[in-house]
Amino acid sequence: MTNKPLSETSEWTFELIETYHKEIARIAATFGLETYPVQLEIITAEQMMDAYASIGMPIVYSHWSFGKEFVTNEARYRKGQMGLAYEIVINSNPCIAYLMEENSMTMQALVIAHAAYGHNSFFKNNYLFTTWTSADSIIDYLLFAKNYIAECEERYGEKQVEEILDSCHVLRNFGVDRYKRPSRLSMQEEQAKQKAREEYLQSQVNELWRKIPTKEVLQSNKKDHQFPKEPQENILYFIEKNAPYLEPWQREIVRIVRKIAQYFYPQRQTQVMNEGWATFWHYTLLNQLYEEGLVTDGFMIEFLQSHTNVIYQPAFDSKYYSGINPYALGFAMMTDIRRICEHPTDEDKHWFPDIAGSEWNQTLHFAMRNFKDESFISQYLSPKVIRDFKLFSILDDDKASEIAVTSIHNEDGYRYIRQALSEQYNLGSNEPNIQVYDVDRKGNRTLTLRHSRYHRMPLDKSIDEVLKHVVRLWGFEVRLETLDEDNVITDIFECKI
Amino acid sequence: MVQIVDRRLNGKNKSAVNRQKFIHRFRTQIKKAVTEAINKRSVTDLDKGEKVSIPAKDTAEPFIHHGRGGYRERIHPGNKQFQPGDKIARPEGSSGQGSQASDSGEGEDAFSFELTREEFLNFFFDDLELPNLVKTHLSAINETKKVRAGHTSTGMPTNINVIRSLRNALGRRMVLRAPYYDSLVEAEKQLEELLKSFDETDTAVILLRKEIEQLKEKIAGVPFIDTFDLRFDNRIDRPKPITQAVMFCVMDISGSMGPEDKDIAKRFFMLLYLFLTKTYDKIRVVFISHHTEAQEVDEDTFFYSRETGGTVVSSALNLMNSIIQDRFSNTEWNIYAAQASDGDNWENDSKECTKILSEKIMPHMQYFAYIEITKDRHQNLWEEYLTIKEQWNNFAMQRIEGLADIYPVFRKLFEKKTHDK
Repeated sequence: MTNKPLSETSEWTFELIETYHKEIARIAATFGLETYPVQLEIITAEQMMDAYASIGMPIVYSHWSFGKEFVTNEARYRKGQMGLAYEIVINSNPCIAYLMEENSMTMQALVIAHAAYGHNSFFKNNYLFTTWTSADSIIDYLLFAKNYIAECEERYGEKQVEEILDSCHVLRNFGVDRYKRPSRLSMQEEQAKQKAREEYLQSQVNELWRKIPTKEVLQSNKKDHQFPKEPQENILYFIEKNAPYLEPWQREIVRIVRKIAQYFYPQRQTQVMNEGWATFWHYTLLNQLYEEGLVTDGFMIEFLQSHTNVIYQPAFDSKYYSGINPYALGFAMMTDIRRICEHPTDEDKHWFPDIAGSEWNQTLHFAMRNFKDESFISQYLSPKVIRDFKLFSILDDDKASEIAVTSIHNEDGYRYIRQALSEQYNLGSNEPNIQVYDVDRKGNRTLTLRHSRYHRMPLDKSIDEVLKHVVRLWGFEVRLETLDEDNVITDIFECKI
Repeated sequence: MVQIVDRRLNGKNKSAVNRQKFIHRFRTQIKKAVTEAINKRSVTDLDKGEKVSIPAKDTAEPFIHHGRGGYRERIHPGNKQFQPGDKIARPEGSSGQGSQASDSGEGEDAFSFELTREEFLNFFFDDLELPNLVKTHLSAINETKKVRAGHTSTGMPTNINVIRSLRNALGRRMVLRAPYYDSLVEAEKQLEELLKSFDETDTAVILLRKEIEQLKEKIAGVPFIDTFDLRFDNRIDRPKPITQAVMFCVMDISGSMGPEDKDIAKRFFMLLYLFLTKTYDKIRVVFISHHTEAQEVDEDTFFYSRETGGTVVSSALNLMNSIIQDRFSNTEWNIYAAQASDGDNWENDSKECTKILSEKIMPHMQYFAYIEITKDRHQNLWEEYLTIKEQWNNFAMQRIEGLADIYPVFRKLFEKKTHDK
């Protein structure tokens, strides 16, 4: 190769960013990465902190909790306890990636490869994102939400709006549909529909208020006439549609929080894959640049140093240990899939007969499109990666006096560890399973929630605090029953008005 | 395909609204933290932000999650010697999720962050119930100094700028003479031509010579300098550049002053100091504490030492006077004083105080503020000071029962300044 490097120094300029981007885009295309158009935004460190505080979104409604986030980050950043992340990327169309002005050219190239091509192609192709988020309209929707909430503050008072938002945030993770695809978002439609929805919703609430006894009610008090007919997992949705006392604007705010939580839901389920995919591609793309002689040795050394930091996995007994690093695990697994395709060992042929020796890029793309962390690990975690990470499983059972090592990275343990790690990324079992069970329609309108215990895990004691917020939204008493694995009620939490 | 947007010039304070919301929500907690911070701070140390901590449980946002207990299995990396079936004692205070719990802020008791200087002062001012006008409008001292400011065409002879004036004259002469010069050159050329064919006595030659003569006279007639050319150095009044000030803090530390009284006094001194920092570059603070005898002390002793015994206020005033004479001659220093006392004084001494104040101290003062911190009736010193207040309008006195009473003392100072303008 006789190419001349694109630049020799670490200074970046707009022209250079454009040049680097052009090369990275070209290489990405040869690997078949399919992306949304890219929008690169140059920002300052302060702006990066702003972006942090607003959960990475370019626009977000105002709420004190974002301010709290900001002052924490600011204090830590000033003290030097925290560096700023190199990248924030937004799942939107066009895909927005932030470049911090303090970064060197190398870091900018790294961010372009990682965010604007890695994450971007993941957003565009992974089934969870294509099914559950609308990249085309998220920015519009956020703008709608911000304006709507600002308008409510003006009309109904900041305190009132804040209270509703506080309570909704508490239930944020219980405001997502897990099985049903949400309708698409769009600002114009939202605004047009919002009025109609207000009226419609208010009329729906009457289900709870109906005074004339219907035949059903007359028949009996049996449980099969409970409301809702089937337990509902989306608590915020249930409240939005059924809470008797909420004003139309309050329902709309519940909806906004719910919609935004829904938008982030896929991200929470694909951390390992998403970061692994992006890291794999920045590594591959920049190495290709180097092979073509477009970047210098100095560039590569700076890049590799930063790359190594990103994929560092401290051991369980290190003081830096805080769980499994999704970048490390994801990168290792992606790289390992390529290895299995290109240079399979006998072990790989035994474990992965389908992919051993196949075309690596196609196989990798297939994995990226059709899995989430839980299923990805259960499908692709290979004995080699388990050995490299020296993974072992610890069982903490409150019935035993000691914790136990259940399996390690050996022949007997691979399947066990793979299964357990997959389970660890299953949001469904990490979060308590709480559903709306019943509303006492004939009595005092108490809302009953049911928590089904999983592995005997109890609810945290903060649940009392949580229930106060549910009461605020529901407007009447709320009762939470905990059921053990045999469906026997073991605990009851109640919160009166 | 790619679009590069430079956002750096966009506002960087997108979070400002949220920050304000946060601060507003935790007003009471932050106020408490600020009050504690003020007590710990030095009088001269008001002009910066503050790290404040408020209870973490207040700022925590609850969410639904599992508590400890039950049956859970976690995968960890970096196995060294474990074999399946090994039993390990349960680590203290953790159930496998220990390291993750601290992310939610549960592990820590306090939520700490930095207040900016403005936010800190707002809380400080808040307590004192200052009107907004005063917070922003801190008037300057009305002494001015002449400074050079270009040139004017009128002025006193002593201010004539010779170079400028002569340059103007030269220019004017060149311009006014120019047409005559041209004609003169022309005429001389004609004369030369004429003399080739005619002699001196020819009428044409004589006429031409006459014309040349006249042109020369006209050229000579353009004045060398004209009043029109004069330029004077201009000087304007500019407010005297910020100089230096000294602030005397005088406090009664006899047994009758309790810690609460001292806290009020401290706030008062801080506020005065803050106002002075708006006006002066360099400020010295002199602390004089007294009971029956006065002493110059450092700040710590000033606020935290406690003596018993009687009170002789004049001792402090005498000490202050001698310090002024020794170290702060009036022309170089703006002198401010703030005296805090419970008003109790040895009966015969109050007359003496009035005398020292009005004869020796007040003539040097920019401003003297006296606060009487008491909930009882006025003490004898108050009555005496009333006479000084009549004589000097830069003397302010105020009885203070709580923090909110501090501000009116300053009001007078600012009334005076705005009135002057």
